[in-house]
Amino acid sequence: MTMQNPLKLVGKAWAGSVDRFGYPKVIIFLFLILLSVLAIGQGQSMPGFIKDTLLRTSMIGVLTLAMVPGIVSGIGLNFGVSIGILAGLLAGCIGVEAGWKGVGGLFLTILVAIPLSTIVGMAYGWLLNKVKGDEMTVSTYIGFSMVSLMCIFWLILPFKSPTMIWAIGGKGLRNTIALDNTFGQVMDKALHLNFFGQQLPIGSLLWFGFLCLMMWLFLRTKLGVTMSAAGDNPRFAAAIGINVDRQRMLGTTLSTVLGAVGMLSYAHGYGFFQLYVGPLYMPFIPVAAILIGGATMRRVTISHVISGTILMQALLIIALPVISKLVPDGAFSEVIRIIVSNGVILYALTRSGGNK
Amino acid sequence: MEKVLEMRQISKDYSGNKVLKGVNLSVRAGEIHALVGENGAGKSTLMNVLFGMPVIHSTGGYQGDILINGAVTEIKSPKVAMDCGIGMVHQEFMLLPNFTVAENIKLNREPLKDNPLSKIAGSSLKTVDRAKMVSDSRKALDSLGIGIDDGALVSGMPVGHMQFVEIAREIDKENLKVLVFDEPTAVLTESEADVLLDAVKRLAARGIGILFITHRLDEVFTVADSITVLRDGEQIASMARKDTTIVEIAKLMVGHTVEACERCGNKTDENTPLAISMKNFSVAMPGERVRGLNLDVRKGEIIGIGGLAGQGKIGVANGLMGMFPAQGEVLLHGEPLKLNDPLGSIQRKMAFVSEDRRGVGLLLDVSIETNIVIAAMQVWNRYLNPFLGLRMTDQKAIRAHALEMIKLFDIRCIGPGQHTRRLSGGNQQKVCIARALALDPTVLLVSEPTRGIDIGAKKLVLDFLVKLNEEQGMTIVITSSELAELRSVCDRIAIVYGGKTMGIYKPDDPDEVFGLAMAGTDPEIGRGK
Repeated sequence: MTMQNPLKLVGKAWAGSVDRFGYPKVIIFLFLILLSVLAIGQGQSMPGFIKDTLLRTSMIGVLTLAMVPGIVSGIGLNFGVSIGILAGLLAGCIGVEAGWKGVGGLFLTILVAIPLSTIVGMAYGWLLNKVKGDEMTVSTYIGFSMVSLMCIFWLILPFKSPTMIWAIGGKGLRNTIALDNTFGQVMDKALHLNFFGQQLPIGSLLWFGFLCLMMWLFLRTKLGVTMSAAGDNPRFAAAIGINVDRQRMLGTTLSTVLGAVGMLSYAHGYGFFQLYVGPLYMPFIPVAAILIGGATMRRVTISHVISGTILMQALLIIALPVISKLVPDGAFSEVIRIIVSNGVILYALTRSGGNK
Repeated sequence: MEKVLEMRQISKDYSGNKVLKGVNLSVRAGEIHALVGENGAGKSTLMNVLFGMPVIHSTGGYQGDILINGAVTEIKSPKVAMDCGIGMVHQEFMLLPNFTVAENIKLNREPLKDNPLSKIAGSSLKTVDRAKMVSDSRKALDSLGIGIDDGALVSGMPVGHMQFVEIAREIDKENLKVLVFDEPTAVLTESEADVLLDAVKRLAARGIGILFITHRLDEVFTVADSITVLRDGEQIASMARKDTTIVEIAKLMVGHTVEACERCGNKTDENTPLAISMKNFSVAMPGERVRGLNLDVRKGEIIGIGGLAGQGKIGVANGLMGMFPAQGEVLLHGEPLKLNDPLGSIQRKMAFVSEDRRGVGLLLDVSIETNIVIAAMQVWNRYLNPFLGLRMTDQKAIRAHALEMIKLFDIRCIGPGQHTRRLSGGNQQKVCIARALALDPTVLLVSEPTRGIDIGAKKLVLDFLVKLNEEQGMTIVITSSELAELRSVCDRIAIVYGGKTMGIYKPDDPDEVFGLAMAGTDPEIGRGK
């Protein structure tokens, strides 16, 4: 038996995993292990972390999945997913107003959200076809301006439910709307698993898994292949008779619809709607997640969605208590969260071509 | 007369690939020297050497000497070239569209005058002397005999005028000794070209040495005093115009005699039904415009489309496949073809292997197998498997077909799942052809089938095209810049010049016929002279 230089071995393992998973994923994974060791040393509750990670994953997962049709159809990272999020919020308010409750209520609300988001998604897709090449910048600002525009509408929309409108004055929707009496966490109340005294959210994880499976199947249909061709090389696609603009529109619409469904899944796990500027920076979370997962501007798989969401959420959930224990200053953990999520986006965007 | 420019034994290689092999060239004051050659003959590289372009010096420089006014000069950068008095009129205009004519002519050489601020803060804050700028420009333009308004903006000008602004800018430089014209008449109308040729003669009369690069042989014989022919980086001949003929030059340009293709030419005749008939066919493909071309493709033949770059040969196939806006009358197997409809063209059983392999021909970050079947899946709904009412891809059938194609074409790859980006040019081309064949075409359009691929793959690709033609009777249209290649496989060869068919020739026609046709001179007239 030959003795191998341990350093060399580590180097080999490093090169191999970077080649396979990409830098961001490997670095974040190592950082996560470091944080976990620290957390155990500090005596933090690991089962609690695991439960929170899974809960956050089930909340964010569908929004991350909404990035897939955008990348596949060639519009890149859909920073304008806030448009879908707003459609989801509007559908949610309609659901609460109508008094829909339980799992049935949640799916009824989703059924309302789909046509709403389809309409705005098509308009958004039409617009993106006019600004080819600048989709990501334009979509970011479309997202911002739509959120701001909706701030007016949240105030003047004629909702009447006392759980939603301001208690004083009786007009306009509140900043935060609690969902505990309607469909907050209903799937997990119906289906959960006890794990060291923590309730794991099996119901919403299954929902996320189901949507992932649907997307996986879609990418293997003729339409899915057509859409990837249009996104990967528009000139090639045009040469074999694909209407590229239509595929982009379809991808954008699908992304927007998933954004709406994702918003409702998020609110379901969170237990609240946050209106007004709540959705302003929300698109950055799924964008960061899918980039951590290893996706690039042009290529994405469902495994990027799942691994990226889990990694990012685990990182944020463990980092906050560990760091706030190390540096006991209230605002610091929030600063770290912002640095991590924006830092990851920035890093991944600079390498938008992917591993070459 | 003294030699203003002399280039001695200039050689240049790009990573071992020799593109210039000991070229000698000299230009006397007041002489018009024409440099002719096919695309890729080394004309541009020679001019890049003369101008000290970064592309030369970042790849190891050149061998040989450049003498300016008899003194060896090392030209390390375009700046040095300009300081030595070498000027160039570019094929693509180097003008700022939103500046006026005078501003363009004096750009970066503006006459300056002092102001109080410049006395304190230095010369970069001096005021531009607009009056002198205008008068200098006027003088330069007048000496060309052209009445362009010096205050007009360049944007929106006719291309002929832009060309003159470029020339005016060069001759305004006081130390100008040699002026290079790179295909100056390529973008001009006939009357504009005449004015330009007059201006060239006028400049030579002022004692400026002119180096005139062109492929229009009739122009060469109108203005040039002497002629140098380049072919494959070699200096084939240098002679005075009066000692040679247009036919001889055409023959020297083409040069490589090919063994006659024995099986070619006898398959079809005038009575063979037509596969494609193009009448007054125009394609707006930038840089390769087709302007009212007439061409008939017979059923079951291999027809070649040749010609120099920029003359429109590439545009023909692209127009037929709806890749660029086209108009005119096209019959496919006797039925009208709807133009500008890529899907429709494929459904009419035409398939296209694009000259832009990596841009149009392939999905680079997608597997070989998907690349091969995707068009057939898209157009003919093949390789699909219904599942829960969805049209799912049939991975098994795709894999089987891909393996068959990989074996048939000998595609060197790790496996059918490998992405096409990392394949070599030849293997990428094989994937492109396999994709086209998966469409079951009756007419196959192949553009630049051997560009950028190694010799072994070249032969395999060409042999395969011949086999398809002979065994399946497939009509094949090959567009290629390599005349020798066309002459080795085609039954007939159409030469496209200026967006029109110059003529249709047999592969065993003499070299000068092809040389003259490609240079825009009708061989019948040229040889009759």
